[in-house]
Amino acid sequence: MAVTFDPNEHKEALSEFAATLDRLRGRRGVLMQALHEAQSRFGHIPPYVQELISDALDIPVSMIYGVITFYARFTLEPTGRCEIGVCLGTACYVKGSARLIEDIEKALGIKPGQTTEDGSFTLTATRCVGACGLAPVVTVNQDVHGRMKREEMKKLLAFLKKEYADMAAEVAQ
Amino acid sequence: MKLARTDLKAIAEKTIEYMHLRGLPEDHPEGPYKKAVIICRGTGCTSSQSDKIMERFQTLIAADKNESSIEVVRTGCFGLCEAGPVVIVHPGGTFYSHVKVDDADIIYREHLIGDQPVKKLIYPDAVLEDGILPYSEVPFTMNQKRVALRNCGHIDPERIEEYLAHGGYQALEKVLFDMTPEAVIAEVTASGLRGLGGGGFPTGRKWQFTAANPGPEKYVVCNADEGDPGAFMDRSILEGDPHTVIEAMIIAGYAIGAAQGFIYIRAEYPIAVQRLEIAIRQAEDAGLLGDRILGSDFSFRLELRLGAGAFVCGEETALIASIEGNRGMPRNKPPFPANSGLWGKPTLINNVETYANIPVILMNGAASFRQTGTEKSPGTKVFALGGKIKNVGLVEVPMGTTLRQVVYDIGGGIPNGKAFKAVQTGGPSGGCIGAEKLDTPIDFDSLKAIGSMMGSGGMIVMDEDNCMVDVARFYMDFITDESCGKCTPCREGTKRMLEILERICDGKGEKSDIDRLESLAVTAQQASLCALGQTAANPVLSTLKTFRDEYDAHINEKRCPAGVCTSLISFFITDACIGCTKCARNCPVSCIAGTVKERHVIDRDACIRCGICQDVCPVNAVIRK
Repeated sequence: MAVTFDPNEHKEALSEFAATLDRLRGRRGVLMQALHEAQSRFGHIPPYVQELISDALDIPVSMIYGVITFYARFTLEPTGRCEIGVCLGTACYVKGSARLIEDIEKALGIKPGQTTEDGSFTLTATRCVGACGLAPVVTVNQDVHGRMKREEMKKLLAFLKKEYADMAAEVAQ
Repeated sequence: MKLARTDLKAIAEKTIEYMHLRGLPEDHPEGPYKKAVIICRGTGCTSSQSDKIMERFQTLIAADKNESSIEVVRTGCFGLCEAGPVVIVHPGGTFYSHVKVDDADIIYREHLIGDQPVKKLIYPDAVLEDGILPYSEVPFTMNQKRVALRNCGHIDPERIEEYLAHGGYQALEKVLFDMTPEAVIAEVTASGLRGLGGGGFPTGRKWQFTAANPGPEKYVVCNADEGDPGAFMDRSILEGDPHTVIEAMIIAGYAIGAAQGFIYIRAEYPIAVQRLEIAIRQAEDAGLLGDRILGSDFSFRLELRLGAGAFVCGEETALIASIEGNRGMPRNKPPFPANSGLWGKPTLINNVETYANIPVILMNGAASFRQTGTEKSPGTKVFALGGKIKNVGLVEVPMGTTLRQVVYDIGGGIPNGKAFKAVQTGGPSGGCIGAEKLDTPIDFDSLKAIGSMMGSGGMIVMDEDNCMVDVARFYMDFITDESCGKCTPCREGTKRMLEILERICDGKGEKSDIDRLESLAVTAQQASLCALGQTAANPVLSTLKTFRDEYDAHINEKRCPAGVCTSLISFFITDACIGCTKCARNCPVSCIAGTVKERHVIDRDACIRCGICQDVCPVNAVIRK
């Protein structure tokens, strides 16, 4: 889905972000910090924000774009309200996390890296989250669900779908 | 308050008074507390609600006004993540496993107040007929030797005083006031410590090279970009004992003549990042970081830098590019970072675990350090043991311990009565080691000799249900995704290898594919720019060597012996079927026929091989062939 970033809707976040940029101005090697901050504030790094960073840190937008697209954690498009991550680290993989992903793909109709039409869900195949003792691991936003079985995944998805469908309806209004 | 040299011991002595129940470093039976509850707050246990358990204990204790007699301690990882959330009660070291929030009430009432350990909640292996084993004596812990992890699970990582009480920052004091930089480097060199991030390069030599370059601008960097899937050693050290890394980096700065350090850590490790931030702030407040440390002439500053999800940034030149704020792409070596690193200045880069050994070496001396491990690989190594193994967790063993000892004596073997197939070390750069090589001692050179590598310390155990071709495909998929694309052998070679492996798993493999794989593997190995590409083919080569029969079965017989590769398996219902109809009801494509109480049959042409029937069958009558 195409989303345009409207600065007027993010006035407060933008002024806070400007303060961060002021703090970083003139220091070297701080681009990554600026991008982390932007990603967590806006959920993605739109061209508008890239230009702000470019002006503040005196780095060409082309270079900023290059850095954003190199790292998995920086995104050019917003992620869904609910980000479901399935760990594809080795420990989780050998315990069947690939089958969990397949099930979620079918249930939500999206592939890893994609977001549902209504902007509710993003599915990600995450790198090792380091909770290998709990393999296979599924994360829902910040929550970690360990030792997931397909049956439980089904229940969890049903629950999330209902919750976020209500939320999407509210947003639509 | 800025500390002076003499303050360190005074704080340590004052703090140890209230740590008296925890049994380390020495037993202090006298003290203010009657009981201590230790709660693991590493990532694993916290994900299964150990934070809530801790709050519950605190609430219960506060309600009865027992704060002065029962202490609640947050620690880093104990190691046995499989048993998490882990709670330990002192005195006695009673080891509670899989604790739930409600269990806190029972443990509080019966054990903390009533003095009776709650047997049904204790880790099963710790319960004997005639008593209860303390945590330190269960088989998992008994066979380990903790050096890098010495403080994990004993101290509160968010309290610098507790680190001081365990002898923390005393090595720094000794170095700053009693040793010359040359003497520090000589001691590290004499210890024989090698880079525990996987490379195994002698640490002392690295320090020497960096020190030999003219200053004044030099940097000390800690590589905490632990990207290997299935590895969480560095994360656990940083979560459980962040000050040890800080102390070691200050020492390194003194030794090589640097005044600035950077810790480059994965953003995927929020708890470790937070603990490091706290620890750095505490060290700054105490005057252990900043100008004129402990009143000496030496000044050192430390900053955190967060990675952003790029595996290649674990490679040192890529890591440097990333700290500088660029795309994390590696470059040719030489020049090595020791000569030209961060912003072109001499830079020392060591891994978290390597740093964690430094204070011990300088405190106790190189000779003492060398008493553990082997001649060429002294000391210990931490492994993250995972996969199909009973005791999933973090283990630290002397170098030279055999793989068998780790998998069986410490790891407790394979669960569910399955047969061992392979252990994978070194992550995407390492190899799969089969059963016949299980008696190989773990050290840098022995593992290399059998086609794997030490790597950072991930150790994934696989059983008969894992397909080795699929495992090779999994790692190649990872590498293809993470290849930075700078050099052709890696960018194109890994992609072509992945295509071939996918074809084989899909039942479309040809006999000549093996030769093609081998040729591509050798090219990537010899012609790639950095270690990522040079080692990318190891999972393929090592599985080809040890599990050639599985490749042959996939290619020649179009069969996946482990029953993993979807295109090559079919599901089948055996005589054991009781006709409960559960499979038929759950089948998404309704391809299972049968009447109640009679054996059901799967229509193999219509079957999409999703495996749900196998998952729901109550009597294991569905098998895959």
